[in-house]
Amino acid sequence: MSKTVLQVEDLHTSFYTRSGEVKAVDGVSFHVDEKEIFGLVGESACGKTVTGLSLLRLLPEPSGNIVKGRIILNGRDILGLSKKEMRNVRGKEISMILQDPMTSLNPVYTIGNQLAESIKLHQGLADDKINDEVISALRLLKIPAPESRLRDYPFQMSGGMRQRVVGAIAMSCRPNLLIADEPTTALDATIQAQYIALFQDIQKTTDVAIIFITHDFGVVAKMCHRVGVMYAGKIVETATTSKIFKDPRHPYTVALINSVPRLDRKDERLFSIEGQPPSLLNLPPGCRFAARCDHVMDKCREEQPPEIDVGDGHLVSCWKVK
Amino acid sequence: MAEVILEGKNLTKHYPVTKGLLQRTIGWVRAIDGISFTIEQGKTLSLVGESGAGKTTTARMILLLEKLTSGTILFEGEDLSTFSASEIKSKYRPNVQSVQQNPWSSMNPRMRVRDIVGEPLAVNTKMTKQQIRSRVEEILDQVGLRADHANLYPHEFSGGQRQRIAVARALALSPNLVVLDEPVSALDVSIRAQIMNLLKDLQDQHNLSYLVIAHNLATVRYMSHSVAIMYLGEIVEYGEAEELFLNPLHPYTKALISASILTLPEDETDEIQQIILSGEMPSPLNPPPGCRFHTRCSEASAQCSEIVPEMRQVKANHQVKCHHHV
Amino acid sequence: MVTGLKVKPYKPPTTWGRIIRNLGMILPVAVFAVLIFTAIFADVVSPYPYDETSLPERRMPPAWVEGGTTAHLLGTDTLGRDILSRAIYGARVSLSVSLLAIAITAVIGTTLGIFSGYTGGRIDAFIMRVVDVALSFPPLLVAMLLAVSLGPGFFTVVFALSVLGWAGYARIIRGESLRVRNSDFVSQAVINGVSTPRIMLRHIFPNILNILIIGVTLNVGTMILAESAMSYLGIGIPPPMPSWGSMVADGRNDLDRAWWISTFPGILIGLVVLSGNFLGDWLRDKMDPRLRQV
Repeated sequence: MSKTVLQVEDLHTSFYTRSGEVKAVDGVSFHVDEKEIFGLVGESACGKTVTGLSLLRLLPEPSGNIVKGRIILNGRDILGLSKKEMRNVRGKEISMILQDPMTSLNPVYTIGNQLAESIKLHQGLADDKINDEVISALRLLKIPAPESRLRDYPFQMSGGMRQRVVGAIAMSCRPNLLIADEPTTALDATIQAQYIALFQDIQKTTDVAIIFITHDFGVVAKMCHRVGVMYAGKIVETATTSKIFKDPRHPYTVALINSVPRLDRKDERLFSIEGQPPSLLNLPPGCRFAARCDHVMDKCREEQPPEIDVGDGHLVSCWKVK
Repeated sequence: MAEVILEGKNLTKHYPVTKGLLQRTIGWVRAIDGISFTIEQGKTLSLVGESGAGKTTTARMILLLEKLTSGTILFEGEDLSTFSASEIKSKYRPNVQSVQQNPWSSMNPRMRVRDIVGEPLAVNTKMTKQQIRSRVEEILDQVGLRADHANLYPHEFSGGQRQRIAVARALALSPNLVVLDEPVSALDVSIRAQIMNLLKDLQDQHNLSYLVIAHNLATVRYMSHSVAIMYLGEIVEYGEAEELFLNPLHPYTKALISASILTLPEDETDEIQQIILSGEMPSPLNPPPGCRFHTRCSEASAQCSEIVPEMRQVKANHQVKCHHHV
Repeated sequence: MVTGLKVKPYKPPTTWGRIIRNLGMILPVAVFAVLIFTAIFADVVSPYPYDETSLPERRMPPAWVEGGTTAHLLGTDTLGRDILSRAIYGARVSLSVSLLAIAITAVIGTTLGIFSGYTGGRIDAFIMRVVDVALSFPPLLVAMLLAVSLGPGFFTVVFALSVLGWAGYARIIRGESLRVRNSDFVSQAVINGVSTPRIMLRHIFPNILNILIIGVTLNVGTMILAESAMSYLGIGIPPPMPSWGSMVADGRNDLDRAWWISTFPGILIGLVVLSGNFLGDWLRDKMDPRLRQV
């Protein structure tokens, strides 16, 4: 029974704009254990990136606000921490990798410098020890000949290599939780495959829990142990990866998986979902997916469905399942 | 025998790299080197590859946005280099249109949809404003938009809708061939299906030919009749789509398929094994000698680093450029 | 476990809040509106003609200072002319010269900038070198030379202000034109067979308009200052027609005993410059594409 690193309970995050309150995350709950890769899947504006930012309390100010919920990391609710305390948590207990490695790295500092900065901040080591830590962080991310790369600048490295450096910085202080926001989206297919294999190796050598935010089902299938499917600010289905692909229950999950073309067979016609997600400024009273659902009932439009456990921790928010 | 609408023969494009005050040429970026392919009327050819493979360069050559270093493009059997500027404008451009990858930057944000879709007509035909208006409404309907959408500006639409507008614009002049550069990669997953279905329907309705540039193999399999796999400026495998996917021969193709195929770890058998390439695609400034792929190929032998493999016809509908899989 | 989460409730925007946030636009626009109004209707608004001298009433202080009268709200100058009236007519002069010069330089500079940026190559390089040369001349010196050789007058001043001013616009617009030229929708237009002039007019120009508007707004202050400087130096609009700059010059020798002669026109110059800059900043913030939400 692994230890639970992160427990998110009923998280609500909104953006205060002149047009009103945008409810980007509207009641999200999930947990991630040690050594587990949890995938947060969904399309744009579903709230997955905002969830990730909320966990780090890195929402844009003053518009971004967490309005409800608890985020329990390593046993304590980080929403109650002061700004200073939170700064210590970031990097040391939680870390994040963003999508574009070019903008995640400062172009005017060498990568050795940037790695050292992160380590210095969190581990308070003596200067001579820092160098060793930097090299071991680079080694963890399988960057060849790390000693010679310390003085390289980001522009001297390829996209895949840069993404590894970003990963090295994120892992340099051995955080308990790593949030990766679409780190493979900008990478080529074969480089992506390398990167995924690398992630899996890191998983074996450390205890880190990973939240992998993506829209790419191929990556989810290869990497994640469990998956949460998000739609319009809520998680509609949570299950093991195998169950999500072989036994999806929520109509949105089913439709989404069917709309992805497969390489292992010839599809005659792809399923496509009509319409668009609801506006987050003006959410409908009932189930968010009701307007586009093939199995919609009257109840769906009036009341939001509860989360139902259909067995073994497979959770579905759908009236039809009840 | 299907009619060939466009044929590329040994297309080559090298970009000069200059240095110094006097701009001396110190090297060449060999973006594409000897690419040959044919596109049949009513069918889709996809150029697949990762970044740096040369697919976008090929598209730019076909669209005459830049000049070839060498090679011939034959349009309906005629050599394009023999076309005068006015013939290009009257015979080629109206027949070869394009849809770009980014639906946010491919349209002038200050023009209404009506003018965006109507511009090719206004510029290339003598249609009256009224005629253009009704034609625009007609095409908007074909791509699944309404007539009242014509008055709006691009930013008032979602990504998927914008891509529909781009397709409408491409169809305005009733072209024979549409070049689509990653038409769905910037869109959400569920919207991609909508647009791909739309493109296929339009192809059936109007007997359109498509040249699709893509990096997602699953999309390619869904949409294409024939496929060309590109690596570092060359086509390494070329043939009918189903044949190529069921029987991949080139090691790079196999690696690409392995990286793209959606399998759960528990389903991995010995057949569907993960092929993970080492290293990265070398720079087109200095391609490796012999077979360009040999630096990353697990099956490379001595001759691979010395002799450039020929493109060989393995079956009637399948060609591969490799020393081994022939 | 107590959650400790400090929730900040959502407060919808209020009209008052909106006004305060947009003061950067409201105040300058109000200032300009008032000034332009008085400049146009100077004949009606002004209490006295600008050249009516009154020797017994020389150097009278403003109405709220001891010795002043309400007949001359802002006091009188060394020849007994009403400061307020002259300031009103001065607005007409300063604004019309500046705005005309801005219009001329903006049109010339924009046209050259779009053409240069889009065409590229040697033509672009040549035009930009001409721009460099124009920008390297000291503007005031050139203005003085022109004023001396052409003789003083309204059009001399406009010409002097315009002869070098177009270069700044050309450079900025050329940069924007280059950026827009590389957009996907411009290559699309080329693929569609759109002619170059049409591309420049329908695709490039509407997309550089934002920068142009900001540039023009920020240029108002610079132009007013330039015109005032010329008038101050005596190479501007000749007397008795007042310009704020010449009014400042008039009071130069009386700063100790009749400070109001120079001060009020000086304040007006400063007010226009500030308003132009504030409005330009506000526009720039509003139009920054990065802040635009999809």
